[in-house]
Amino acid sequence: MTVDSAQLAALGDPTRRVIFELIAARPRSVAELTREVTVSQSAVSQHLKVLRESHLVRAEPKGASNVYHIDPAGLGQMRAWLDRFWSKTLSAYKVAVEQPPEESQ
Amino acid sequence: MNTRIPVTSVKQSVVVEAPIERAFRVFTEEFGSFKPPEHNLLAVPIAETVFERRVGGTLYDRGTDGSECRWARVLAYEPPNRVLLSWDISPQWQIETDPGKTSEWEVRFTAETAHRTRVEIEHRNLERHGQGWESERDGVGGDRGWPLYLQRYADLFVHKG
Repeated sequence: MTVDSAQLAALGDPTRRVIFELIAARPRSVAELTREVTVSQSAVSQHLKVLRESHLVRAEPKGASNVYHIDPAGLGQMRAWLDRFWSKTLSAYKVAVEQPPEESQ
Repeated sequence: MNTRIPVTSVKQSVVVEAPIERAFRVFTEEFGSFKPPEHNLLAVPIAETVFERRVGGTLYDRGTDGSECRWARVLAYEPPNRVLLSWDISPQWQIETDPGKTSEWEVRFTAETAHRTRVEIEHRNLERHGQGWESERDGVGGDRGWPLYLQRYADLFVHKG
């Protein structure tokens, strides 16, 4: 569960979310990412560090630099999402099913 | 959290103050009324969610513009005890057309008393979605894939304040 909050916090920053979305569209290097955003390369590197530590992206060495990919360990993220989804669904269901029958007609 | 649950499954349960027949009926007939609204693969708001209550039926969302998204298939329908459905949504938040790459969710209803029912959901075989992850990954478009998926995930918390 700690990973979930780290991911949410990581995506809470607008620039970081843009960087994440660019990487989701296709793998990119720091230099490529820097060309797409309005912040400096060192700022991009800092954002990437947070995304990496949150297991949202991973770095793969390519020549002298890294290319960033979406972290393929998506199962954990999907599972976390579904856990929330079903918990929310069942809570709302409980409210619906416990309504007096005449109100739910 | 129950640590014995395999990482490839999600389990949730709730006890409701309702007879088992009503618990089953509300779950299947009114599914769209309590399903979280962020569960939506359509480009427009959902006008209604239809649960075709028979084996071979589907569970689908119909958008306000008439578009449809069939995201689950009914694999077992046993009122008032059990339903089993597929989950045809990929980790890329797209409809999965290969049944071999879909997970399944089972809903079990157990009468605890004449007026109280335990409802358990087990969403399992999540690892099936993982097959082909590497090859699919690079084909995911910007706004239909992970960003949207995670945006909706994040929105769950934002709305709570």
